[in-house]
Amino acid sequence: MAVLVIADHDNASLKDNTHKTVTAALAVSGDVDVLVAGKDAKAAADAAAKIAGVRKVLLADSDALGQGLAEAVADLAVSLAGGYDAILTPATSQGKNFSPRIAAKLDVAQISEIIEVVDASTFVRPIYAGNALETVQSSDSKKVITVRPTAFKAAGEGGSASVESVGAGAGAPKTTFVDQQLVKSARPELTGAKIVVSGGRAMGSAEEFQRVIEPLADKLGAAVGASRAAVDAGYAPNDYQVGQTGKVVAPELYVAIGISGAIQHLAGMKDSKVIVAINKDGDAPIFQVADFGLVADYKAAVPELMDALTAAGK
Amino acid sequence: MKVLVPVKRVIDYNVKARVKPDQSGVDLANVKMSMNPFCEIAVEEAVRLKEKGVATEVVAVSIGQAQAQETLRTALAMGADRAILVQTDQDLEPLAVAKVLKAVIGEESPNVVVMGKQAIDGNNNATGQMLAALLDWPQATFANTVELSADKAKVGREVDGGIQTIEVALPAIITADLRLNEPRYASLPNIMKAKKKPLDVKELGSLGVDVAPRLKVVKVTEPAKRSAGIKVETAADLVSNLKTAGVL
Repeated sequence: MAVLVIADHDNASLKDNTHKTVTAALAVSGDVDVLVAGKDAKAAADAAAKIAGVRKVLLADSDALGQGLAEAVADLAVSLAGGYDAILTPATSQGKNFSPRIAAKLDVAQISEIIEVVDASTFVRPIYAGNALETVQSSDSKKVITVRPTAFKAAGEGGSASVESVGAGAGAPKTTFVDQQLVKSARPELTGAKIVVSGGRAMGSAEEFQRVIEPLADKLGAAVGASRAAVDAGYAPNDYQVGQTGKVVAPELYVAIGISGAIQHLAGMKDSKVIVAINKDGDAPIFQVADFGLVADYKAAVPELMDALTAAGK
Repeated sequence: MKVLVPVKRVIDYNVKARVKPDQSGVDLANVKMSMNPFCEIAVEEAVRLKEKGVATEVVAVSIGQAQAQETLRTALAMGADRAILVQTDQDLEPLAVAKVLKAVIGEESPNVVVMGKQAIDGNNNATGQMLAALLDWPQATFANTVELSADKAKVGREVDGGIQTIEVALPAIITADLRLNEPRYASLPNIMKAKKKPLDVKELGSLGVDVAPRLKVVKVTEPAKRSAGIKVETAADLVSNLKTAGVL
């Protein structure tokens, strides 16, 4: 039984999500190949070949693959599927886009965002935004799976797999790529950040949100998040939203400032390793999940925290 | 131009899901149910397309129990023209839902399907992509902006770290992300009007679609509970605790 992992990369470099998905794949089978579908993505393929435990790397090259168009990636994966019993993809926005298309073309279910491999056909996945965990057993001959990267450790380096070129597939004749605008920020991306600093409705205005949250985030090298209440009030952009309908994060450290802790928000951050809450209401529900709580007005507490971090050499 | 909008009745997003003691699933008895938030955004987008004169008809469709008629009435109150309920008591997986929608599309021939990117119960984020695959239509998922013309749609898509813009030839599937729009609240006169709009009910069996489940739910459990930690007195205490915890 062999498994294909579809790599997360930006053509020039391989992303850590690939290493994490390889770990999940190795729990399914010892024979793990990695597909790097892109444009001029040899460097990413060479990096994939160095992941410990990888048998072989397949490299496919076309403009449509380089643009990550779902039809192109799905067509390619389906053409390779004959040699595999399972196809695993990191549950990034990219992977979530093409993976269900592969599943439907193969007439199998997709098992979405697994967080644990029980055995080769049994997996655990969060439902209801993580308020419940579902263990499912697949009866399909091929398994198409997306993997929540934050739930798996990254596979190590030290492999020396061969890189083999494969045909690019039929492309995406009905879709035209126009452009891609990536936010150029010195801050890490929210879903992959090791530290996240989030602000809530207590900030009171967009100016205050920027004045308080952003410098603290920069001091910690953190990504910036926000509660839905803060986003709805216009204090922070929509793509900052952490929660059931926003982004699900699981950083090493999550700092919630002026956030009460609505169910909706907790669903997006409660798998963080360490949670810090600063809120002047000692009864706020956020304190029920916080490892460290500071009952204080953020207006005084955040500057003190900045000073304490400076004193600690940060 | 005809727009089809599939909608799902789910637990209200403000209600915490509770796992049944026998681990067979989530307890939905006497729980407030609403339209899935992403479906609401899809309905809003379709209605705006009609208000702009781009779309001529908006058809809402749901698959589920008789109570899903309430969800369809909500879509009608928001501005959809008519509704179809494919009635079943069976809980369908995304692949089966996509197959049922394909059958409905065969009868309705819409120019575009606008639907939510995922439901907040199953969290699969799969049905739209699967439907596109089954129809061999292009897909524009996680839409943040939609510009529709006679034969194509230009869609800005939410991707990790930014926005990707693509053009898809119609017919196509568009799935709505959170930032696409802010859905309206249906006004009382519109809620009254919605009661008179046509709502067809058909039995799932009449469509002749294979909806056999592919996954067996072994169990549904509660995630490990986080216990409340400690309260610290000062910011300096906080920093020293974080250092001890190894996260700074």
